[in-house]
Amino acid sequence: MRLSVQEAAFDAGAELNKFSAGATGAGAVVSFTGLVRGDAGLTAMEIEHYPGMTEKAIAAIMDQTLSRWSLTDALVIHRFGRLTVGETIMMVATASPHRADAFAAAEFLMDYLKSRAPFWKREERSGGTAWVAAKDTDEAALGRWSSDGSME
Amino acid sequence: MIELRYFAWVRERIGLSSEHLETHAATVAELVAELVSREERYAAAFADLKSLRVALDQELSDFDAPLAGVREVAFFPPMTGG
Repeated sequence: MRLSVQEAAFDAGAELNKFSAGATGAGAVVSFTGLVRGDAGLTAMEIEHYPGMTEKAIAAIMDQTLSRWSLTDALVIHRFGRLTVGETIMMVATASPHRADAFAAAEFLMDYLKSRAPFWKREERSGGTAWVAAKDTDEAALGRWSSDGSME
Repeated sequence: MIELRYFAWVRERIGLSSEHLETHAATVAELVAELVSREERYAAAFADLKSLRVALDQELSDFDAPLAGVREVAFFPPMTGG
């Protein structure tokens, strides 16, 4: 399991290849990469975080993920600081003997990272800056994971 | 003495990212009431507790939680990671 909270840009393809190469015993690797979406007028995204708590919160989410599904490994990389349109914000990857667990675990990781890891996004547009509001749908996404780890 | 940490628009409204405070507040809610009574900028930041989250010693908690033994209290809006 690897976790990195960093300001520096990273190569998601290279990270995925490295992760797959080290995924001994896995038959499936699933990855997700989040990019700064070029919404109308958006010039950049500033991501603030809570150093210390961020790493602890993500590690706890990863532990929960590894205990719920049959995974051989998991990876989370999340950036902070100022990012421009098209830049990679974050990635997750999961490795498992079979694809069902790898898919579900990656989705679970994403749902929890969205609402439970202390990051805050601020959008920069030509007219000024505004904090991104949390969506009810993101909070609702957490509710769909029943205690047995399956989707309801 | 506890350390208070503020993030995102909470930090902007209060105008500080952290400060130290000597308090006798027994719970987070009492601490918030104490801060709100200090200055208008705190009242502005804590106007709607439903739109705020609190972490005690870097663990998500709630406004009813006791402060005994807590060293770091952080206030912030709902998180928007991923």
